[in-house]
Amino acid sequence: MSERSRPSDALPTDVRPVEGARRVGRMRPALLLHEDHDLCPGCGEPVAIRVLLEAIEELGAAQRAIGVIGIGCYTAFTSTMDIDLVQALHGRAPSVATGVKRMQPENLVVTLQGDGDMVNEGLQEVIHTAARGENVTCVLLNNGVFGETGGHMTSTTVIGQRTKNTLEGREAATHGHPILIGDLLAPLGGTAYAARGTVHDAHGVVQTKAMIKRALTAQQQGLGFSFVEILTMCPTGWFVPTADGPGYLDDVLRPVHATGELKRDGRILTTRELLDAARKQQP
Amino acid sequence: MTRVLMEGSEVLAEAALAAGCRFFAGYPMTPFTEVLEHFARKLPERGGVCINAESELEAVGMAWGALATGARAATGSTGQGLSLMQESLSEITRAELPLVVFHMARGQYDYHQATRGGGHGDYRHLVYAPVDLQEASELVQQAFDRADRWRNPVTIYGDFLLAHTAEAIEVVPSPFPSLPAKNWAVDGSLGGSGRSRNVNSIGMEKGAKGIDPQAFWQRLQAKHEAMAAAEPLAECVATDDAELVVVAFGSLARFARHAVRALRAEGVAVGLVRPITLWPFPSEVLAEACAGARRVAVLEQNGGQMIDDVRLAVLGTVPVTAIGGISSDEAGFGLGDIFEPASVRSRIAQALDAPGPT
Ligand code: SF4
Repeated sequence: MSERSRPSDALPTDVRPVEGARRVGRMRPALLLHEDHDLCPGCGEPVAIRVLLEAIEELGAAQRAIGVIGIGCYTAFTSTMDIDLVQALHGRAPSVATGVKRMQPENLVVTLQGDGDMVNEGLQEVIHTAARGENVTCVLLNNGVFGETGGHMTSTTVIGQRTKNTLEGREAATHGHPILIGDLLAPLGGTAYAARGTVHDAHGVVQTKAMIKRALTAQQQGLGFSFVEILTMCPTGWFVPTADGPGYLDDVLRPVHATGELKRDGRILTTRELLDAARKQQP
Repeated sequence: MTRVLMEGSEVLAEAALAAGCRFFAGYPMTPFTEVLEHFARKLPERGGVCINAESELEAVGMAWGALATGARAATGSTGQGLSLMQESLSEITRAELPLVVFHMARGQYDYHQATRGGGHGDYRHLVYAPVDLQEASELVQQAFDRADRWRNPVTIYGDFLLAHTAEAIEVVPSPFPSLPAKNWAVDGSLGGSGRSRNVNSIGMEKGAKGIDPQAFWQRLQAKHEAMAAAEPLAECVATDDAELVVVAFGSLARFARHAVRALRAEGVAVGLVRPITLWPFPSEVLAEACAGARRVAVLEQNGGQMIDDVRLAVLGTVPVTAIGGISSDEAGFGLGDIFEPASVRSRIAQALDAPGPT
């Protein structure tokens, strides 16, 4: 494990915080009723939800946003996210969002789904919604496992990744290959914007918020379907120490699900091209 | 009064529009296809939305979203397509969304599916089985009213004959008492107010920690019991002194009614009870109609499904005989030769001749 993935070593707890530092709890987004939650320490989903809520607020869309939420650990946040919500069945959020948007085109409609929800159970829903050019934004929280059931393989689990039902690691011959969902959605005619972000480090968080804002703006302008995938930590489902989550994401998930914009202003980049570009940048 | 010659599917769509339906999503499948076609043509003309969904699963999901905004919305299919929707049809009942389902079945083989459902958990849908298009035009409007009133899905159970027979009818908008405001629907405006909403099927409350399935499901059960008490509907024909009571629903009941009237004219003591609601089943009406009867004959086009409800209604006080059965056309679309006046009459006559209880 790399140095960077062990923040507990890098930041001893007996050091006084630097000037101006604030408790995370005091930075509650305005669109969250309170900061209590029951998700695991080190989980990336609360960070992604925070980014989403802040993006909605910063765009001035708090009073015209409707969330359509899938089923996963993040679902617990439906009791605290202070925007109008519709709870969808596992896999079905894009269709439900379609019905909402067609009745209320003036609102911004955002789905929130995990990889098990979107890429396993409801793959055809998101593809059809994109192909239709439905003017909604679908957000995918991708951690490569079914976190809620305890860390089982999903359609985005990368080759070699240990899960509860691939104990020796996912092997292509037996378990098949991961789906790079962004690469399926970006080329579709109805897709206006597609990107893959991450919340494992500060740079990723900032970039991801910008992606969400671009996606919501595309929806606002009526350009068609927009999609933001967010890589999130799941130390529990990955069976790694809490503090190792960000490093594991960077070392295991990100080399496959590369981050960057997959479609913007009509220009399409594949995940492979993003990886090649990232490799060229490395010294 | 201006009557127009319309096929059944068009009548269903017209009646839905008269009731203020603004959204429809469906996937083609015989004999439901033309219902979708008529919505696809009529809804956009009147400011509504019809989506040709990519699957039945997506159709019901889209309707779910439209309903969550407070709009009147519907979907439908034949029994096969509704099988695909079962997870949503069950869960949308717990989300208390007023969905109207056009179930154009291939015959009467879907009685159990419509009245029991194939989805998980405890749930009930109000089910109307119109006998003809005039009644359908009224029941469709009533379906939208009751769906909103109870915040519960309502099914219109029809078949190939109902969907494809053309009759000269007028769809007259029905008046209903006013309904409470939909203070549960989302419109996006409450974000950041601390009072934003969450339309969900698990009893999740904003700001509350956890859920209370026990209290939530008990409340829904109480609602379904209230519906069961308030909503049963049936038509009784010549049951007062009937020795034989025939029970039939939907299109087949139209044939049964004709046969019963003809036999009565010949002096035969036969009557008909036609359940208009399949759930709640009009058990009390049936039990009363059978109080002085020698026998009850159940005419249904399937291997014996409604007969369970008939037996539960009479509770062994009078013998129950099945006089229907499987009757199919070559394509399996539900147009068997049971739909012949002579066939229906002879089935009833056989029940009259059957030996009495020992
Ligand atoms: S199991 Fe994984 S996704 Fe679920 S709360 Fe824990 S860390 Fe987050």
